[in-house]
Amino acid sequence: MDTTATTHRTKWWSGGKSPFNLEYGKVMMWYFLMSDAFTFGAFLISYGTIRFSHNYWPDPNVVFNAFPGAGHANLPLAFVSVMTFILIISSVTMVLAVHAGHKGDKQGVIKWLGWTIVGGLAFLSCQAWEWHHLITGEHATLIDGQIQWVGQTTRVNPWGELASTSDLTAAIQNSSQHSLALLVQEQDHSQVYEQLMGMPKEKLISMINASDLHIRENGPVAFGGFFYGITGFHGFHVFSGVVINIVMLIMAQQDVFKRRGHYLMIEKAGLYWHFVDLVWVFVFLVFYLI
Amino acid sequence: MDPHAVSSEISVPHEHHSDADFKKRVKKTTILLSIITVVELGIGLLIYNMHKGENPSELLVLMFKGVVCILTLAKAYYIVAVFMHLGDEIRNFIMTIVVPLLLFIWFIIAFLMDGNSFKDLRNKFDPHFKERTMPKQHEPAKKAPEQPQPGRQ
Repeated sequence: MDTTATTHRTKWWSGGKSPFNLEYGKVMMWYFLMSDAFTFGAFLISYGTIRFSHNYWPDPNVVFNAFPGAGHANLPLAFVSVMTFILIISSVTMVLAVHAGHKGDKQGVIKWLGWTIVGGLAFLSCQAWEWHHLITGEHATLIDGQIQWVGQTTRVNPWGELASTSDLTAAIQNSSQHSLALLVQEQDHSQVYEQLMGMPKEKLISMINASDLHIRENGPVAFGGFFYGITGFHGFHVFSGVVINIVMLIMAQQDVFKRRGHYLMIEKAGLYWHFVDLVWVFVFLVFYLI
Repeated sequence: MDPHAVSSEISVPHEHHSDADFKKRVKKTTILLSIITVVELGIGLLIYNMHKGENPSELLVLMFKGVVCILTLAKAYYIVAVFMHLGDEIRNFIMTIVVPLLLFIWFIIAFLMDGNSFKDLRNKFDPHFKERTMPKQHEPAKKAPEQPQPGRQ
């Protein structure tokens, strides 16, 4: 009540003071974040434009269904929800670090900043695993009338529609020995790849029952570029946020802020870190939920 | 603390909540964000199961996706207003941040419509594109009886 009254009386634009009642650095951090919001917004909206221009788009629950250590179990949304909670919790520890800074509590700042850095590194590790899994995990895919084993890259997308049995029957005839050997091995794990490679191709083909296969055609190529581009750009923000937080931790440790008399720098780093969390909320929405 | 001791640019000190007050607010917001995320995940799984089922209702799926979008905006509001303390700044400042962001309303509508129109034009003038990419799964089961044949022979 008291503050509102003062705000009302103050002539903010009469000069001699900041019309925003904020220090320069914080104002500029906000404007940087606003411009960064437009950058991310433009990326995400361009993804939307391309998605809307296609008749078919992969279902995220089919693409992102893996979990470290769970093998081929189908767990849609599980791993990404872990990543989301890591980032929310690290945002909360950052709020606590900023609050400790308000009180001039050096030990508190160091403790909570430390946990925020741990959260950031955990998120980056999760993302590294996810990328690695998507790029190196190869799927049998019907491409150009052949079955090929491909991962999710910027050049090829293995998440098209399920191929029909008649198409697959024809494709099996045209596929390479290597692809067929892997296909047999996938259906029957007791088979040895080297032995299968030594077999005549006709025998290999007879071992495959096309109606048992769940193979997809190749999907829209743009998917990979958008996914790696946008999550990569976000991951780069997380990485630079971790670096900034480490610098803040060292400065707090060296009593730089104590000598300055305030911990406003922690607030600016905090704004950046919350923004990283904010962007993830939207990346999560656009790539994983809808 | 004297506001000028912190920075000469701060004329009116920001209202600092008491420790207990602050902890309560952060705790409340954290729980709220977690609940919204869990609900979003629930809806995500619901959409997944609808897609798996026979003939998913496009309208219902679209509605759930809309709900998720609104929940995400609520999350964004809480992060910006509480965690980033934008809600505690003076109105002047809030407006310089929020008003430019209104451009997104145009941005999203215009570019999604553009993508949609591109799809319609391609389907109209490029029959090859339409034939190659139009989803076939949910069409009436004309082809279905043919499918098991190679297996039977």
